[in-house]
Amino acid sequence: MDTLAMHISNGIIDGPVAAIFAAFALAVLAFCVLRGRRDLDDRLAPMAGLVAAFIFAVQMLNFPIFTAGVSGHLLGGALAALLVGPWVGALCVAVVLVVQALVFGDGGVAMLGLNITNMAILGTAAAYLLIALLLRVLPRTTAGLGVTAFVAALVSVVVASQGFVLQYWLGGTADLGGNLAGLAGTMAGVHLLIGIGEGLITATTVVTVAKVRPDLVYALRARKPAVPAPAVPTAGGLR
Amino acid sequence: MGAGHVHVLYRESASPVHRLAPEVKIAAMVLFTVAVVATPREAYWAFGAYALLVAAVAALARVGPRWLLSRALIELPFVLFAFALPFLGTGERVEVAGLSLSVDGLHGAWNILAKGTLGVLASLLLAATTTTRDLIVGLDRLRCPQILTQIATFMLRYLDVLVGEARRMRVARVSRGDDPRFLWQLRGFAAGVGALFLRAFERGERVYLAMLSRGYTGRMPAVWQGAGAATAGQWMAAATVPLAAATIAAVAVVLR
Repeated sequence: MDTLAMHISNGIIDGPVAAIFAAFALAVLAFCVLRGRRDLDDRLAPMAGLVAAFIFAVQMLNFPIFTAGVSGHLLGGALAALLVGPWVGALCVAVVLVVQALVFGDGGVAMLGLNITNMAILGTAAAYLLIALLLRVLPRTTAGLGVTAFVAALVSVVVASQGFVLQYWLGGTADLGGNLAGLAGTMAGVHLLIGIGEGLITATTVVTVAKVRPDLVYALRARKPAVPAPAVPTAGGLR
Repeated sequence: MGAGHVHVLYRESASPVHRLAPEVKIAAMVLFTVAVVATPREAYWAFGAYALLVAAVAALARVGPRWLLSRALIELPFVLFAFALPFLGTGERVEVAGLSLSVDGLHGAWNILAKGTLGVLASLLLAATTTTRDLIVGLDRLRCPQILTQIATFMLRYLDVLVGEARRMRVARVSRGDDPRFLWQLRGFAAGVGALFLRAFERGERVYLAMLSRGYTGRMPAVWQGAGAATAGQWMAAATVPLAAATIAAVAVVLR
């Protein structure tokens, strides 16, 4: 269940760098808490919980790549950004990481700052910036939303993996010398493949949700007549 | 799903470690891990001392070494990375059994192995002695923002909802003549993942509205919190572990 690629274990990055990133992650999360409180209403609270549970389940799917002892998994940052917005989304991914580190020993506790920076902050931020851009550029159709979700998920995974390369460059405990470029290449290649899988899952999920309950997709809230889909009245939808 | 939310790693027992308040255990575990990571890697004896410390707590918690070590195997993928380091590293090299290995890489591998294993063992001990529900109560008492504990609470509840919905949908598929085997199960799953999400959400939303109508305000009622908050004595007792670890780390830094 543990992966080097995304869930950095204790001892891979040295202490000072881990401390700096922990402080950075803490500051950003504090900001997310402030902004997220404004977003979190009756509809978003259960959604945030479900998104976190979904990400938790999805991160169990792991792809080992034995050549370099690197493995990776799906992240869920783009899904979170689409469904609950960037602030609550980052918090969802962070909660998943904290619970995994505390309860499952997945990713070192002392490295939580690094893991949160990569997956919760970098991944979600990259995804949300792309979503904001693409939703404006692409046609307002289901296909447009699907493409947006796919691209955002793909890019966010690769960006998160490069976050690890940056951290290893700053404070890797073993000097790889000229192999750092190799590490960056391996990580990017592997995560491109993972990103495709992540993109497909994110796109199918978001498109299905947008078809049936467009009110649940945070990214579509700004524009009302977004995806032309019949609103199906459901028990939970009457409020 | 109201059955206490006992996760797979929890070991039911009434040991002194189980009885400690959760916030105390979380704080002790995090501080212990920080001390381990701050230790210079050349201080081999320090890691032996940490291992003894972990073993002592495990014995006190009545967690057997077999259970602990087999669960620690989840760190295996990153161990593979550690084994690659002596070959990838640069700088001074030594001959071991006919192989040219990098000294720096060997140190790096040892560093990852020792610190990673100790970290995994520490969190396994926390998991074995604390239910997830207590864990959230502990985080709440450690002044974790309410929005985070709220997301964590729902996450743990909805995990069960999600698994339950997935099982029901699989039964529905199979009973309509689908015969999923091995990898082909994935296709059916992928096609239904959006529907799974929606169904789980609508079920979860009903649960949430029911909670709201019963007076839920974002924090679980006091009854839910089980054991009371930590006493000064509990803090003192649990502080022995991180204090010992910090002493070892300080000595290791000074002796370097």
